[in-house]
Amino acid sequence: MSHVDKVFGRDVVALKDMNLDVREGDFISLLGPSGCGKSTALRLIADLIHPTSGRIVWDIAKEPGALSVVLQEPTLMPWATVADNVYLPFRIQGKPRSSVRNDIAEALDLVGLGTFHGAYPRELSGGMKMRVSIARAMVTRPKLILMDEPFAALDEITRFKLNNDLLEMKQKMESTVIFVTHSVFESVFLSDRIVIMAARPGRVIDELGVDEAYPRTEDFRTSADYAAHCRRASDALKHAMELGQ
Amino acid sequence: MTALESPGLAVDPEERARAKRRRNEKIGQWVLPLLVVIVTILVWDRIVTVNELPHYILPGPGLVVEALFEDWEMLSDSLLVTLRITLGALAIAVIGGVGLAVLFTQSRWVEMSFFPYAVILQVTPVVSIAPLIFIYVENRMAGLLICAWIVAFFPILSNTTLGLNSADHNLRDLFKVYGATRWQKLRFLQLPSALPYFLGGLRIAGGLSLIGAVVAEYVAGTGGNASGLAFRILEASYRLNIPRMFAALLLIALTGVIIFAILSLVSHLLLRKWHESAIRREN
Repeated sequence: MSHVDKVFGRDVVALKDMNLDVREGDFISLLGPSGCGKSTALRLIADLIHPTSGRIVWDIAKEPGALSVVLQEPTLMPWATVADNVYLPFRIQGKPRSSVRNDIAEALDLVGLGTFHGAYPRELSGGMKMRVSIARAMVTRPKLILMDEPFAALDEITRFKLNNDLLEMKQKMESTVIFVTHSVFESVFLSDRIVIMAARPGRVIDELGVDEAYPRTEDFRTSADYAAHCRRASDALKHAMELGQ
Repeated sequence: MTALESPGLAVDPEERARAKRRRNEKIGQWVLPLLVVIVTILVWDRIVTVNELPHYILPGPGLVVEALFEDWEMLSDSLLVTLRITLGALAIAVIGGVGLAVLFTQSRWVEMSFFPYAVILQVTPVVSIAPLIFIYVENRMAGLLICAWIVAFFPILSNTTLGLNSADHNLRDLFKVYGATRWQKLRFLQLPSALPYFLGGLRIAGGLSLIGAVVAEYVAGTGGNASGLAFRILEASYRLNIPRMFAALLLIALTGVIIFAILSLVSHLLLRKWHESAIRREN
């Protein structure tokens, strides 16, 4: 992504001169206050909107299933069972159910919902719905997963659990993740690169590396290193907020 | 403390009261309307007997039932005619309404061009259009169907259009990311989203197609063997055969209720697994 601008309407600059180089296997967090263009950046990468100027270059094949998204809402189809929801990406690719039955079962096992394939979304808790949403994103073994504040609406206990599980899944799937969040702690725990963004206009102001080996466990969450990383990220975020005033 | 020690045995008085209330409500749901009907019929019968009303002013309930049995052959034939028009019109309304709604949501231009005419067709009383239709349409059955269709199709069209347009925006984005075609979006996202709306429209349209059929018969007015219930009412009123009027009216009302009940059942069966409207809250 190089020198990308996005202007909404006549003069609302949502994103100004954004550069982001995503390498395979990265776990990148986009961290910043509201209105800094994090979600806009994600939507640009997902090809849901197009840059006003600048280019987004892909050096992987954009074959079906290479890209998937997890949004803030679980965004499940209420009329379909859990298994049918996870089947959706394949259904759109035109793959018959029988050929992907194992993939669906595997994805559901991965998020710990193996026994819930016949349930309807309304029967699940918020955290479980999000797990289904993640299973749907993982089921095609995508190269790149875009996540837009997926855990923002969940309670902290559920969020910690899902953070741990997400890292485990990413490790297994060998995917690249771009993760939008406004939680310092979440971004430090999950990512190896944190991109700090500021608002008005939305732009990248800093990038921090979190050089801690994966897999990261609960112990990392209470370590001194973790605290140090959080402090650095907090300071950078504070700076970003001042710039956005 | 006992409640904590043996949670299975303690019955919460509030719970018990609620269970009792629920049971009573369930019984009342059937018993109360039945009671009202019985009382109404009794009062009706008393009024007629006490005041010695002649049957050409107000027949007693017994006389109406008698007419229903005596004229059953003629009335049942007419019922079949009315039913055929009603169901035919409903079927065309479903096909036309859903088809137009799909067309509207595929193209804003089509919607902008044609939606106003759908509204005009809806707000113009069918009694005022019907005479024209019977001038231009030779076939009487076809004319009746057109009239009933005009009345019935609008709720299906407007509800289904609304439903197709109210698919979740995040889901739309998701379909776009996965590269869904227009047809896939319609088939897997918009049509299921529209189903509850469509079924709501269908229930209204069921009643309206019966009204449309009856009104059209009144306007068409011609007699003969293939005449519906509305014509029987007209005919009976000319002959001052009031009991038969009541009997035919009763049949029309019953038909409407049965259509509504069937469509409600269909709606319930299709939505009970996932839609909010069909789910009973557990507490």
